[in-house]
Amino acid sequence: MVAIAESVTSLTEGEYKYGFVSNVESDIAACGLSEDTVRFISAKKDEPEWLLAWRLKALRAWTTMKEPSWARVDYSPIDYQDVYYYAAPKSGDRPKSLDEIDPELLRTYEKLGIPLKEQEVLAGVAVDAVFDSVSVATTFKDKLAELGVIFCSFSEAVREHPELVRRYLGSVVPYTDNFFATLNSAVFSDGSFVYVPKGLRCPMELSTYFRINAENTGQFERTLIIADEGSYVSYLEGCTAPMRDENQLHAAVVELITHDDAQIKYSTVQNWYPGDKNGKGGIYNFVTKRGICRGRNSKISWTQVETGSAITWKYPSCILKGDYSVGEFYSVAVTNNYQQADTGTKMIHIGKHTRSTIVSKGISAGHAQNTYRGLVRMTPSAEGARNHTQCDALLLGDRCGAHTVPYIEVKNNTARVEHEATTSKISDDQLFYCRQRGLSAEDSVNLIVNGFCKQVLQNLPMEFAVEAQKLVGISLEGSVG
Amino acid sequence: MAAKTDTSEAYVHRFAEAKATLAGHGLPWLAGLRERAIERFAALGFPTRRIEEWKFTDLRALTRTTFSPAPRLANGVTGDAVGRFLPADLPSHLLVFVNGHHRADLSDVGELPAGVRLCGLAEALAEAPELLEEQLCRDGALDGHAPLALNTAFMTDGAVLMLARGVALERPVHLLFLATGDEAPAVAHPRNIIVAEAASRATVIETYAAPAAGAYWTNAVTDIVMEADASVRHVKVQAESHDAFHLAVTRVRLAKGSAYNSFVASVGGRLARNEITAVLGEGVECRLGGVYLARGRQHLDTTTLIDHARPASFSNEHYRGVLDDSAHGVFQGKIIIRPDAQKTDAHQLNKNLLLSRTAHVDTKPELEIHADDVKCSHGAATGALDAEALFYLRSRGLDTDLAQRLLIEAFVGEIIDEVETTALRAHLRRVAAAWLTQVNK
Repeated sequence: MVAIAESVTSLTEGEYKYGFVSNVESDIAACGLSEDTVRFISAKKDEPEWLLAWRLKALRAWTTMKEPSWARVDYSPIDYQDVYYYAAPKSGDRPKSLDEIDPELLRTYEKLGIPLKEQEVLAGVAVDAVFDSVSVATTFKDKLAELGVIFCSFSEAVREHPELVRRYLGSVVPYTDNFFATLNSAVFSDGSFVYVPKGLRCPMELSTYFRINAENTGQFERTLIIADEGSYVSYLEGCTAPMRDENQLHAAVVELITHDDAQIKYSTVQNWYPGDKNGKGGIYNFVTKRGICRGRNSKISWTQVETGSAITWKYPSCILKGDYSVGEFYSVAVTNNYQQADTGTKMIHIGKHTRSTIVSKGISAGHAQNTYRGLVRMTPSAEGARNHTQCDALLLGDRCGAHTVPYIEVKNNTARVEHEATTSKISDDQLFYCRQRGLSAEDSVNLIVNGFCKQVLQNLPMEFAVEAQKLVGISLEGSVG
Repeated sequence: MAAKTDTSEAYVHRFAEAKATLAGHGLPWLAGLRERAIERFAALGFPTRRIEEWKFTDLRALTRTTFSPAPRLANGVTGDAVGRFLPADLPSHLLVFVNGHHRADLSDVGELPAGVRLCGLAEALAEAPELLEEQLCRDGALDGHAPLALNTAFMTDGAVLMLARGVALERPVHLLFLATGDEAPAVAHPRNIIVAEAASRATVIETYAAPAAGAYWTNAVTDIVMEADASVRHVKVQAESHDAFHLAVTRVRLAKGSAYNSFVASVGGRLARNEITAVLGEGVECRLGGVYLARGRQHLDTTTLIDHARPASFSNEHYRGVLDDSAHGVFQGKIIIRPDAQKTDAHQLNKNLLLSRTAHVDTKPELEIHADDVKCSHGAATGALDAEALFYLRSRGLDTDLAQRLLIEAFVGEIIDEVETTALRAHLRRVAAAWLTQVNK
C-alpha cells in the first residue's frame, strides 16, 4: 500500500501539462461591462441593428438578475466590471490560408497536440479554431460548402446567413434564460455556427477548439447548430487553457436544434486550467447548453468529459418536444485537488413516446467536490415516455465529496422513470487483484477508473476517446492510498 | 423581511395573548424557549416554494387560514371511536389525545414496568419539569423550519415516554391523536418526547385520525433520543380527515450502537408532510420505511434526512407511493455522510405507482458524501401498473378491477412485510386495504 500511496501522491500532484502563454497582441475592449462595451463588440464585428438590439435587451435583463447561488460551488464573488469582454488576436486582414497565420498561434496549437496543418491533411476533421474570441482558421470549408453544410464562425454566419441566425438564435436558450446565459447574450464574442441541410449525413466530424489566451479575458462563445430534416451531424468541442493565476470567466451558450428525423451528436472534452494543487487560479466555467428535439424521431446526444476548470457549472439539456424523439446524456466529470463541479442534465419530456438516457460518472479526488444535479420531467403530454438514469460516483481520498441531487417530476402515468445511483471507492480487493497480476499501482487505478468510465467514453468519437482516456488517467490516477 | 402575505403575523399576535396560559407557563426556562421560538417563527415566516426543501409542497392553502387553538373537550369522543383505530390482537399502553389534549378517561396506560414513565406532556411539565428542560432546550432545538418553531411556541400537550437503562417494554406504547374538526378551523401542536436510556427497548405506535370529517391542522413534533444500544421501533399511521392539514417532524438522535426502525403509513389529510431527521452516531442501525397512498386532490409529502455523523453505521430507506386521481406525491430523501463517517453503508429506494393520468409525483433522492470508504446507493422508479402483469391476471379470468387491486396490494404489501411484529403488519395491511377498497370507485 505504501508504494501505491507514493505513486498516488506523485500523480495527484502532477502539474498541468498544457500551461503556457503565447505572446500574441490582442485587440481588447475596455475593461468592464456597459452599453458601450456591448456597442463596441457589436461595432467591431460589424453586426446588423437587430443583433445589437438583442444584445442590449439581454444586457438590460442581466442588470436586473442575481447571480445564482444554488449550486454546490464556492468561489469568491466575481467583479463583472473587472473583466475584459472582448479580445481578438490582432491580425490585420483575415489570413487566406494557414501559412499566413501568426506562427506563434500555430506553435500554440502544436504544443496542444493539434497541428492544424496535419489535421487538415490527416484527420479529415474540419477545425474551426477559436483563439480567444475570434475565429482564426476554418478548414475544409469548401468541401463542406459543396454539400450545403454551413460550418463557420458565428460572426461570419451573422454576415452571410443572417436569416438563419435570426430565426434560431435564442430559440432554445432565450436571452432571459439565466444569469450567465443572459450575460453571454449581451457580450458573446464569437463561436461556431453549423447548419446541416435536409437529408444530409455530414461526412466528417465537425470540430472546434476553444482556447482562452489573453489575460483576464472572459470568453463568451455562442454556438448554434441546426440539423434540418433527416440530417446527421457529429460535433466535437475540446479545450485546454494556459496556466495562469487569475481566475478566468467562461460563460458559453450552446443551442442545438433538430428537426424531423435529424440527429446531433455533441461531444465535449473540457480541460480548462483547473487551478494549482492548492486551489489557486483556474477557470470558472459557467455554461448553458441546451438542445431541442423539435421534430419527430429526432435525437440529441450529449457526451462530455469534464476534467478541467476550477469550477464547472454546466447542465447540457434536452427538450424532447417531437414525438418519438430521443435525448441522451453521457458524462464523466473528474475533479481533483480543489476543483468543484456541479454538473448534470435536464430531460424535459413533452412529446409522446420520447426516450432519454442519462449516464453520469463522477470521480473525486483530493479536496474536490463533485455534484450531479439533474432533472427528469415528464409533462402530462409525454405519453409512454421513458427515462433511465444512472449516476455513479467514485471517491479517491477521504477529503473529497461526491453528491447526487436528482429531481424527478412525473406528471404522466404512462411514463416510466428509473433512477439509480451508487457511490463507492476503489476497493482494496480490486486493487490487490490487479497488483498481484503484476500491474503497477498507477496502472491498476488507471485500469479500474477507465473501466468505471467506459460506458461514457465509448460514446465519444474515436479521436476524442483516446485523448479523453488519457486525460482521465492524468487527472486522477492513483489517488488511492 | 419580505412583506408577509400569509397569516404568520396572526400567530405571533396570538402568542402574545396566550403565552400566560400555555402549559408550564410558570417555568422561566420554558417561557424563554417559547419566546425564542416565536421570534424565530416570526423571522422565518411560513416556508414558500422558493425554499429548496419546500419546492414541491405549497403551503398557501394552509397559510391563507388562521387556525385558532383546538378546544379542549371533556367529552364528545367515546371509547368506541377510540377502538376503531387500535390494532387488533395487540394490547398496548394507550395514551389518547383529543384535539391535542391528553384525555385520561379514554387512555389505558395499564401497568408499566419499573423504570418507565409514560404520561402527558402537560402533566409532566406540572410534576417533573426538570426532566423535560434538558430535552426541550438541547442544542439546535429550534433549528429547522417555521412550523417546528411554531410548535415549540404553542405546544400544550403530547406524550412523554422515558425508559430507564436496560428496560425492555414488552407491549407497544400507542399514542392516539384524534381531532374533532369543529366549524372554526383549529390547530393542535402535539409535542412528543421519547427518551430511551442505554440498552432499553420499546415499540411506539403513533396514530393521527379523525372520527368524523373536518378541517383542522395538526402540527406535530416528536423528539426521540436514543442512548447507547437502545432500540426503538416506531410505527406511525397518518389517517387524518380528508380536509385536514398534517405537518409532522420526527427528530431522532441515535447514540452509539442504537437501532431505530420507523414505518410510516400516510393515507389521510388534504395536505400532509411527514418529515424525519435522524442523526446517527457510531455503529448505528437506522431503517426508515413507509407507504403513502393518495387520491382525490391529496398532497402527501415524505421528507427524510439521514445524517451519518459518525463512522460505521448502517441506514436503509424504502418508501413506496400509490397515487390516484389528481393526487400529488412528494418524496425528498437526503443522506449526508460526514467526513469522519467512514465505513458507512447507506441505501435508499423510492418507488411510485401512478394510477391515473392526472396523478403526479416529484422525487428527489439526494446523496451528499464526504467520506470515501462508504457504500452508498439510491434508486427511484415511477410508472404505471405493469401492462403485462395485468394481462397475465386478466388471462387467468380476473376482471380488471380485481387484477389492479391485486397488483397494488402486492406493491404495498411487499414493503409492509418488512415490519417485524405480526399484529402490526396486520394492522398496516388493514389501513392499506381500507384505502384500496376505494380504488376503483
